[in-house]
Order: sequence, then C-alpha cells, then structure tokens
Amino acid sequence: MIIRILGDGQFEVADANKAKLDELDAAVDRAITAADDVAFAAALSALDAEIRRIGTPIDASTILPSDLILPHEGASLSEISELLGSEES
Amino acid sequence: MAFMKRLSGVVQAKANKVLDRVEDPRETLDLSYEKQLEQLQQVRKGVADVATARKRIELQASQLQASANKLQDQAKQALAQNREDLAREALSRRAGIADQLEQLRVQHEQLQAQEEKLVTTTQQLQTRVEAFRSQKETLKASYTAAEAQTKIGEAVSGISESMSDTGMAMQRAQDKIANMQARAGAVDELLASGALTDLTGSSDPLQAELDKNSASTQVELELAQLKGQLAPGGDAPAIAAAPGAAEATDATDAEVVAEAEPAPSSGASLFTLNKDGGA
Repeated sequence: MIIRILGDGQFEVADANKAKLDELDAAVDRAITAADDVAFAAALSALDAEIRRIGTPIDASTILPSDLILPHEGASLSEISELLGSEES
Repeated sequence: MAFMKRLSGVVQAKANKVLDRVEDPRETLDLSYEKQLEQLQQVRKGVADVATARKRIELQASQLQASANKLQDQAKQALAQNREDLAREALSRRAGIADQLEQLRVQHEQLQAQEEKLVTTTQQLQTRVEAFRSQKETLKASYTAAEAQTKIGEAVSGISESMSDTGMAMQRAQDKIANMQARAGAVDELLASGALTDLTGSSDPLQAELDKNSASTQVELELAQLKGQLAPGGDAPAIAAAPGAAEATDATDAEVVAEAEPAPSSGASLFTLNKDGGA
C-alpha cells in the first residue's frame, strides 16, 4: 500500500505490516476522541516513525494516489481536528 | 486504519477541488500540468517569503543583542560607581531582552525548518512536473486504450493529491510567517518606543543617571584636590566661611581672612581652582 506523509512524500509499505499500523493508528484515533494533546503527539510520532522505518520512499517522479494519508510531522491535535472537521462541514 | 483513512478522504476531497475536471481526460491532463506550473511558481515565492521573514528575525536578534551588551556594560559601570540599584536595573532589563531573544530563537528555528521543508517540496514538485509532462503526452497518444484511461485517472488523482499536499505545506509556512510577523511587529514597537535601543542613545535615563553619577564623582575628586591645594595656607572650611567672617573681631580669624584676600569671592576662586586642579 502507498502511504503519504503530508509535506514529505509517499512511502510504499508491505501489506504484511497492516496489523502493526492498525494498532498505532488506533492509538491516534483514541487520542483524538479523548482530545488528549500529549497522547496525540506521542501516538502520531510513533506511527510516523514506524511508517518511515518499514516503508520505502517513493520517487517524486512517480505519480500515484495514496491509499492512506498521515499528517505532517509535528501536527497538533487542533490542526488535525480542524482538518478532519472540514470533511464533515 | 480509521484515522489514516479519514484523513486520506479529507485530503482527496480537497484534491478533487484542486482540478476542475473536464469531460475529456486528455484536457484534464493539460489543465493539471498548467496548474502544477502555477503552483511551482507559488512555492518558489513561498520559499522567498520564508527566507525574508527569517532574515528579519536575524536582524532583530542582532539589535537585541547589541542592547543586551550595552546593558551589561552599563551594569559594570554602575557597580564601579557603587550604584548597585542602577546595576540591578540594567541587569533586569537585560533579562527582559534575553527572554525576547529566546522567543526569537524558537521562531527562527521554526522558520528555518519551514524553509527547508519548502525547498524540498519545491524540488519534489519540480521532479513531478517534469515526469508528468512526459507521461501526459504518452497517455494522450494511447488514450483509446482502456488501460490508458485508468492510468490517466490515477495520474490525475496522484497529481491533485500531491498538489493539495503542497498547498497545505505552503499554508503552514504562511501561518508561521504570520505568527512571526505579529511578534516581529511587537519587538519593532518595543525597539521604537525606546524601551530597548534608546538605552544606547543619549535619551537613556539609565545612562543619564550613570553620567550624572560619574560627573558628581568628578566634582568630589576635584573638591578633594582643591582642598589639598588650599591646605598649606589654612583650612578649606575657613575659606568657605571667609565672607561671613570679614567682620570678625577675633584676631586669628582676621589673619585668615587677610591670607585669603587674593580671592575676592569663594565661588570665583573655586571655579579657577577647579580649572587648575583639572589641568
């Protein structure tokens, strides 16, 4: 699957890693629901680090849509809530 | 992956708005190419804006640094004059400047990171624009094949997604610049109001106090010299009392007055002696 880290580029990640990513993604989701800034920052950076660790960067000349998208590094909970909120409005 | 899926939905919805898709996918290819070129121009301008903002912070920091150094010198000067109160005042102002400097340092770091990110974004965009240009001609030429239509769809989605991402990166950089400009304006006002830089100028009250202090120290020194010069002839206090003692009937006093005779008035003699003492 192709995952884009906003402001950084795309990464190709083998589907075999799905379980681990699911777990890390769920932590981010819980932090958003709990509106917990500290937990959000920690969960996001763990997910970010894992994708960079297991993923292979995709060359900028390859033009493909992503399957999943991760916020830019260091994004705050309020920024992300606003971004997600714009989907519902 | 609920979170990443949701976010991907938001970004792709934004991406679809980036391009007004037209009936013929071949036209969409040309349109998105034009939009990418426009965006490339915008990102380049964004890099220049961030660099300008960063340089402004650097300039302000060096002004603050100069003020801090001046205050440090003033504190030393004050201590040399045994004016601990003034030294304290200078150091507390210096601490205020140190706070400002620290805040500027944090902002400078953030802007520098934004600048680096935008430079990388520009390079990636440049690469994509070039790749897209060659791909789109190939895709257009083989448009009739079903496979080519799918590829056009993917290429257009991919390029809109990346353009949307670039747009967000630029927005972030602009937000940082806006934050920085609000702060920079406050520091400029502070500098202009004299709270900081005027300390280095003539209207600086701290420096005025130090100068005054230094002047009165000089007066004391000259007074002491004056007293020293007068000492062989008699006591200095007697001189000061001379005009009032002119009618004294006491013989000793009369003698003293006679010796002091060459000096018509104590004020004028002080002035003269002062000059001599200084020479």
